[in-house]
Amino acid sequence: MTTLQPSSVASSAAALPRRRLVYRHALAVRLTHWLNVICLMFLLLSGLQIFNAHPSLYWGQYGANADQPFIDIGAVRDGDRIRGVTRIGPVSIPTTGVLGASSVNGETRARAFPAWLTLPSYTDLATGRRWHFFFAWLFVINGLAYLIYGLAAGHFRRDLLPDADQLKPAHLVREIADHAHLRFPKGEAARRYNALQKLAYLAVIIVLLPLMVATGLTMSPGMNAAWPWLVDLFGGRQSARTLHFISASLIVAFVVVHLVMVLVSGLWNNLRSMITGRFAIDTDRSP
Amino acid sequence: MLIRPSRRRLLLGSAATAATALLGGCDALVDNDHVSRVIASAEGLTKAAQRAVLSDTKLAREFTQTDLSPVFKANGTQQPEGEAYAELVETRFANWRLRVDGKVVKPLELSLAELKSLPARTQITRHDCVEGWSAIGQWTGVPLGLVLKAAGLTSDARFVVFHCADEYEKTLDGSGQYYESIDLVDAFHPQTILAYAMNGQELPVAHGAPLRLRVERQLGYKHAKYVMRIEAVDSLAPIGRGKGGFWEDRGYEWYAGI
Repeated sequence: MTTLQPSSVASSAAALPRRRLVYRHALAVRLTHWLNVICLMFLLLSGLQIFNAHPSLYWGQYGANADQPFIDIGAVRDGDRIRGVTRIGPVSIPTTGVLGASSVNGETRARAFPAWLTLPSYTDLATGRRWHFFFAWLFVINGLAYLIYGLAAGHFRRDLLPDADQLKPAHLVREIADHAHLRFPKGEAARRYNALQKLAYLAVIIVLLPLMVATGLTMSPGMNAAWPWLVDLFGGRQSARTLHFISASLIVAFVVVHLVMVLVSGLWNNLRSMITGRFAIDTDRSP
Repeated sequence: MLIRPSRRRLLLGSAATAATALLGGCDALVDNDHVSRVIASAEGLTKAAQRAVLSDTKLAREFTQTDLSPVFKANGTQQPEGEAYAELVETRFANWRLRVDGKVVKPLELSLAELKSLPARTQITRHDCVEGWSAIGQWTGVPLGLVLKAAGLTSDARFVVFHCADEYEKTLDGSGQYYESIDLVDAFHPQTILAYAMNGQELPVAHGAPLRLRVERQLGYKHAKYVMRIEAVDSLAPIGRGKGGFWEDRGYEWYAGI
C-alpha cells in the first residue's frame, strides 16, 4: 500500500509495453492531499471575508486606521461613483471591479475582496471566523497526520528530498530550460519527481504551510500570552497578520502554477494518480 | 487498460460540475443549520486547547510608554445615547454607582471615588479588535477579583456579566443593550481590571467612561465599555439572547482568545 516499488506495476502482458501504470501515491498521501485541498479552499475564502473587515496591513506591534498601512485595499468616492484603489507602499493601483470596489447584486460597493471570493459571499465576519477556525483545526490535524506519515514511511526522504544528481547546477539549469519549454520527463525519468517539483513541494510543506499556522496563532491574544516568543519571532501581531496574508498569497501562486503544471503535463494521468494512486509512464523511448 | 475518452469526459465533466456547485453552494452551506452546528463545534476545541497551554495566571504581554499607539482607535459605541448617560457625563459621574449583585453574599454599590481608593493596577497592553487591527494603550483600574472578593461570590456563581449603559442596536425587546460576560478564570486573572483611566488620563467617553473592562487575553469586544452593573450568575441563558454577550448573540464566539 505504501510503496513506490517498481514491482508494483500493473502492466499488460507484452514484453515491452508502451505505457504502464506504476503505483505512485500512497493512500495516506492521496487522502491528506484532497483534505488539504478542501481545507485550503475554505480557509482562503473565509480568510478573505475576515480580511475584508479591516483591509489594511501594517508592520509592527500595532496598527489601526490612524497608522500608516503597508498594504491597503480601499475605496474612494469619485463624484457619485466608487473607485477601488489598492496601495502597496507608495504605489496606488486602480482596481475597481475586483479589489476595493466591486459589484454586489449589480451595484458597485466598497468592498476589499469581491463577493465571489469570500465565504459567505455577503459581509459576515462572525461566520467567516467560525469557518476559518473550523478548517484551521482540520488543516492542522490533517497536516500533522501527513507529516507523521511522511517521516515514518520515508515519503519525504524517498519522494521529496532531491537526489544528489538532481542538485547539480547543470541538471537544474536543464530542468529550468525543460520547464520553460513545457518538456516533461518521460519513461524511467518520470518515475521520480523532478528537482524543481521537489523543491517547490518542500517549500510549501516545510515553509509556507507551517508559516500560515504560526502567523495565524500569533494573531491570537490568548496564544500571545501562552507563547510570547511567537510575537517576537514575527516582530509583532500586525507583522504576523501581514505575513499571514503574504504567505497565503504565495500559496495561491503555488496552487496556480501547480494546476497549470498538472494540466500541461497530462491532466488525466496526474488526476488519476492522485485519486487511484496509479500513474502511467511511457516506456517507449522513441520520440 | 486505458480509459475510454467518453468515460474520461464524463469524469472530468462531473468534477467541473462539482467544483461549480461547491463555489456557488457556499452560501447554501453557510445557511444550513446542521453544517453550522458542526462548524461551530471548533470553538470548544479552541477554548480547551488555549486553556491547556495557558495557565490561569499567565499574563498578556505588557509594553512600555514608548510603544503606545499615537492614536488609540475608538470603536463600537463612542457616545451612549439618552439623557441618563448625558447627565452622568455632565456631573462627571459624581452620582454614578457601580452595582455588584447576583450570586454574591454582599451586593455592593460603589462610587467612582470608592473604586479609585481601592488598590489599582496599571498596565500597557495591546488591544486586538476582532476586525484585525491592534492598538497599544495604558490602562489603570481596580482588579476585578478585588471587587468580586469584597462582594463574596456564592458557590454556584460561574460567570460574571457586565451590563453596559449603551444600546448598540435599537430593538423592541431591549436585546440591543451591550453586555458581556467572562468566566471565573478570566474574572480573577491579575490583568482583568475595571479601568477608569487610559493613557494617564480619565477614561474618555469614546473609550467607555466611567468604567470599562480589560480582559487582556481576549479580543476587543469582550472589553465591555460603560459598565454600570456587574452581575454574578450561574447561567448565561436568561440574559440577552442567551449567548453571553451582545456580539455573541450575533454569532461571534463567547471565548474570544483567537
